[in-house]
Amino acid sequence: MNNTIVRAQDLKKYFFTKQGVVRAADGVSFRIQEQETFGLVGESGSGKSTVAYTIMGIYPATSGELLYRDQDITGETKKRSKALKRDIQIVFQDPGSSLNPRSTIKQILELPLRVHDPAPKKERVDRVAELLEMVELPVDFMYKSPPAIGGGERQMIAIARALATNPSFIVLDEPTSALDVSVQAKIINKLMKLQKELNLTYMFITHDLSLMRNMASRVAIMYLGKICEIAPTTEFFSRPLHPYTQMLLSSIPVVSTQEEELKPKKIVSTGEIPSPVNIPPGCSFHQRCPVSMDVCSKIDPKMVTPEENHQVRCHLFPGAAGK
Amino acid sequence: MAKRLLNIENLEVGFNVYGGYLAVLNGVFFSMDEGEKVGLVGETGCGKTTTAKSVLRILPEPPSQTTGGKILFKGRDILAMKKNEIREMHAREISMIFQDPTAALNPVFTIGDQLMSAIKYSNLHDNMTRKEIRERALQALREVRLPDPERIHESYPVQLSGGMRQRICIAMALATQSTLLVADEPTTSLDVTIQDQVLRLLGTLIQDKGTSTILITHSLGLVREWTERVYVMYAGVMVETANTDELFRNPLHPYTRGLMEAVPKLTGEGIAAGIPGRIPEYLNPPSGCRFHPRCPEVMDICRREKPSYFNCGDNHRTACFLYRE
Amino acid sequence: MNKSATAFEQSLCSRTWERVKKGWYAFSKNPLSIVGAVIIVSVIFLAVFAPFVSPYAEHAGNFVDFDNASQAPSRAHLFGTDVFGRDILSRVFFGFRLSLIMGVTVISLTAPVGVTLGLIAGYKKGTWVETLIMRITDIFVAVPPLILALAVAAILTPNIFNSMMAVSLMWWPWYCRMVYGIASSLKNEFYIQSAEVTGASTFHILFKEILPNCYGPVFTKVSLDMGWVILLASALSFVGLGAQPPTPDLGTMVADGGKYMPDQWWIAVFPAIAIMLIVFGFNILGDGIRDMLEVEKS
Repeated sequence: MNNTIVRAQDLKKYFFTKQGVVRAADGVSFRIQEQETFGLVGESGSGKSTVAYTIMGIYPATSGELLYRDQDITGETKKRSKALKRDIQIVFQDPGSSLNPRSTIKQILELPLRVHDPAPKKERVDRVAELLEMVELPVDFMYKSPPAIGGGERQMIAIARALATNPSFIVLDEPTSALDVSVQAKIINKLMKLQKELNLTYMFITHDLSLMRNMASRVAIMYLGKICEIAPTTEFFSRPLHPYTQMLLSSIPVVSTQEEELKPKKIVSTGEIPSPVNIPPGCSFHQRCPVSMDVCSKIDPKMVTPEENHQVRCHLFPGAAGK
Repeated sequence: MAKRLLNIENLEVGFNVYGGYLAVLNGVFFSMDEGEKVGLVGETGCGKTTTAKSVLRILPEPPSQTTGGKILFKGRDILAMKKNEIREMHAREISMIFQDPTAALNPVFTIGDQLMSAIKYSNLHDNMTRKEIRERALQALREVRLPDPERIHESYPVQLSGGMRQRICIAMALATQSTLLVADEPTTSLDVTIQDQVLRLLGTLIQDKGTSTILITHSLGLVREWTERVYVMYAGVMVETANTDELFRNPLHPYTRGLMEAVPKLTGEGIAAGIPGRIPEYLNPPSGCRFHPRCPEVMDICRREKPSYFNCGDNHRTACFLYRE
Repeated sequence: MNKSATAFEQSLCSRTWERVKKGWYAFSKNPLSIVGAVIIVSVIFLAVFAPFVSPYAEHAGNFVDFDNASQAPSRAHLFGTDVFGRDILSRVFFGFRLSLIMGVTVISLTAPVGVTLGLIAGYKKGTWVETLIMRITDIFVAVPPLILALAVAAILTPNIFNSMMAVSLMWWPWYCRMVYGIASSLKNEFYIQSAEVTGASTFHILFKEILPNCYGPVFTKVSLDMGWVILLASALSFVGLGAQPPTPDLGTMVADGGKYMPDQWWIAVFPAIAIMLIVFGFNILGDGIRDMLEVEKS
């Protein structure tokens, strides 16, 4: 039985702006086991990136519990120990802006080494060469700058950078969304190989459900700052319980008739995604929900567990109203 | 019998840059009839936007250079048109929806101002009063199912969501009653559920007005749902074309096959290894078939000669020596 | 295993050469930039080698020859002579020296200070550090430059050194503001956040991550500024706050010559043209530098 490496309990991250309070992450709870790939799915405004950044310490949590191997990580990176900064790494979404266009690849990959493993220059260069080999890039890439290489390769550098400190847990925030399909395939395969070789735990964030189907062992779907459903991957896709999950699954474009048959019945989505400043009362999804009931506009549902390992937050299921 | 609307023959376009000449389009063929919905699918850097911009003549003339080929729109040679003829064409015949609606809308003008400008300039010869133009603008907003058109008319782009902005761009493109609509990745920057809504809307509008559409995208899934015929593009060449159903049932070109395999499937069967290699450098493109360095079924002839199109069925053609008769 | 290290150094040389070539290609696309470069290189050459290329090098110092005073331009004196009989051409060459020295001194004082403060203020946007730095900047910007210089001159003795101090005091805020704008917009880029998350020091982030992204605008501004600083210093000299006689200073020469207009026009006009030439040269050189550095981005 694997240990829990990350645990979030009622995690909240609010942003206080002039327009109002943005409840980016509003009571999020989940556990990630060692060496699994935990998937987080959602559209814009869902709060998935906020959760990722809070785990990384880019934002401090507003309230709630967030533990990494039983250590509290609700604080910002500045306040964290070096050991924690080493162990938790992130690969950002846009390879264009996650690498400094004015640095060389060598400088980019050296930075984590210099901070955590100060070693003489020659050894550092060797380690950089090693990292490039790990992501199957030619060693002379060291001498290049990010604008001179393609998007897929830049993302490989971002992955190599994340691996430089020998971390245990990597957050992957839409690592392939900006890339073409064939490049994405290469990178995903590499990521999966590296996970096995280096015993890594991944938190994989994407809006691409087809990709998630093949990457994650468990999936959580978020909408406007709250988790709607968490289940093991096969369950999540074969028996989605939350109406939003069903809506999302029925909207994805697929390439074969086999896949068409696997999708839930076409649920036409209506309305806009509300802004996180103006969250509707009751269940945040009720205005777009095809099966909303009276109670949905009044009471915010609680997370319940109708089936083993499968949690949902919806009034369709008994116990969600909290009484 | 539908009329031939657009015919691109052997188009060759390149760019003069520091370091030499980028030979991007290497003999592009494309044709469509009136009323069709055709998809143009390809990955980043394959030249699909260059092709679209060539049709609209909006490529910056230096550094770009058209070294060969013809683009015939309704029988007229677009490449030979002068500036004022091109402007006429934009106003009446062809309009384009760009990828990023935020960049396509001017942040300092209201939606209403921009819509009304678009309508005014596309109807230079019909003297419409300001009131009539405003009414047309509001009508366009209603057609794209935007709630509260009056308020949106007075709003600025920054006050609206991405989905709404893209719908406004669609409204602008359709308000001009063009014959041909070129949509370049119109939903890439949108969320999946909104993407679905927007495309559904676009489909309905195109149906109602009978607009011919070219949908340019890198998403195979989108093309499968929304087009009747498809062209697959790689490194400045159309490598395969077929009716959409046929292409997905029976992809022939090794590149098309590789692409289809690389798409993650909902069936959960794992992700294929992708296509080895990288897209070629246009400064020094591969000889013969541009795909040969990455092709799993490469033959000797592929390295020497550029393949022409071989017929493989009804409307199904591919540029690959494997299918030489 | 030093192989990778030495290979990297070698490649560094060839890469730098590539960049120089690419930069020259972009720079030379605009013929005006070449004109600017030629002008400035000539001015620098003349300034550095003034004692050797001036026909009458000794005229730059304490020299009088009233027999030859106020001579119109001739073969012997291409720019004519002034009221003391000194060759104006030679004095202009020596005047270049002073102008360039003033420009270089002011900029080497103000640019590093302004840029550093801008980096800190931009990165620490939203904190008291930013407020402190930017409000101080605002104070300096609010004072009209000439008034500031006059005030400084009133307190201290008028000489080149003090006028340079006065110009520096009003010049640094513009670097600070420019870099502040860039730094505060880059602060939220993913690569900066990545560096923070890794645990890089603030020094590293300011000078190794953000600063390289400022080189373009900063160096363009440096070039344009050379012209403006020289102009401002000349203005100060014109009102008597800069170099004192007999040091040949272009601004002073214009002031002195003004009295003799329009009859002995050459005494004021040639130094004035010289000032114009330097400012113009640096201006269009600045455009060329901007084109060259823009290319780096692509």
